[in-house]
Amino acid sequence: MFKQIKKIFAAGIVHDNPIFRQILGICSALAVTNLMMNSLVMGLGVIFVTSFSSLTVSFLRKSTPKHIRMMVQTLIISAYVIIVDIVLKAYFPSMSEALGPYVGLIITNCIIMGRCESFAQNNTPFLSFIDGIASGMGYTLVLLIIAFFREILGFGSVFGITIMGNWWPKWISMIMPPGGFFMLALLIWAANTYLVSQQDKQVSKQDKPVSLAGGGN
Amino acid sequence: MEGINPLVIFFASIFTSNMILANFLGMCSFIAVSKETKTSLGLGQAVTFVLTGTTILNYFIYHYLLVPFGLEYLRFIVFIITIAAFVQLVEMIVERYLPTLYYSLGIFLPLITVNCAILGVAIFMVIRDYNLLQSIAFGIGSGIGWMLAIVAMAGIRQKIKRAPIPKGLEGAGITLIITGMMALAFIGFSGIVNIQ
Repeated sequence: MFKQIKKIFAAGIVHDNPIFRQILGICSALAVTNLMMNSLVMGLGVIFVTSFSSLTVSFLRKSTPKHIRMMVQTLIISAYVIIVDIVLKAYFPSMSEALGPYVGLIITNCIIMGRCESFAQNNTPFLSFIDGIASGMGYTLVLLIIAFFREILGFGSVFGITIMGNWWPKWISMIMPPGGFFMLALLIWAANTYLVSQQDKQVSKQDKPVSLAGGGN
Repeated sequence: MEGINPLVIFFASIFTSNMILANFLGMCSFIAVSKETKTSLGLGQAVTFVLTGTTILNYFIYHYLLVPFGLEYLRFIVFIITIAAFVQLVEMIVERYLPTLYYSLGIFLPLITVNCAILGVAIFMVIRDYNLLQSIAFGIGSGIGWMLAIVAMAGIRQKIKRAPIPKGLEGAGITLIITGMMALAFIGFSGIVNIQ
């Protein structure tokens, strides 16, 4: 059991990381990453929605008719997203304002639907819950990495605390949309290069071909 | 947001607040389907049509059903159901009356349901408090803007097919870098009109 949980976490955070391995859910990964605080809150929201919707889908998997399961999954996901939205509005109104429409767009985040469809549909509720947390954490981690570079280059600060002094020329383009695209591309490049080189090592060790998934599309 | 002319919103949503290049919406299908200009044009047209239709529908549902009953917090669930139902309906109508178009679009139509640009426009419409004309202009403009970006990207990707790109950067990586450059270029339009 413990081994299985460890494997799920390794897959969710590194090997099958939703963002740089599967290129899923990148809309929000780009939109909220100009500040680290936004990314953290968004990440926590996604972890909550992924884990609980996986849990619910897994509980209902035997009683859901096959042909309407997508609809059921969408409804379950939207219900949890509404909870996140209401909680943010009630307790963190400024954060809710800053994230704007992107909280609602967690519904169309393909990571969550993907996990429900590929994992929760065929596994026990507990494992699905863990899997949801793992994918959500993989997503959050990538968001924080992108946000770290964008915020420190663009504003000279981390979590709103100024790190680079007045001498730092603020890279405005890092805060604007292009910065997000470039940063994510660089991250995907680094991750692919690292993972491919690791896979090559494995290939030479085991002497059998492993399918490479460089770049996804 | 009473004062903004719908025409201004229309052009701004194509150029300065483009769905992909400024708001990052609909990225998944943008990256996955932008390999050929012809298919991306088909998808772009379908997205524009669905976007316009669902924006108008969602406008009426939100203002005449949810607001009077005080159910605004249910909007995400209601919007996504409207969108899914609309896509299903369009699929059935197109299959029945325009079979050739149905087969050329085939796979893309159901995919549109999960295109976040559609839900995004509906949520933006509510957040920015647009009236009916403004919402329609915003819907059509966003659809055209999305189509413009994906067709341009498909054209560029066809050109760089044989370019020597580093191994780890192939596919999604290089697409994102080109998108970044396009976004930089589109910032140049921001002097013309601006809505935010």
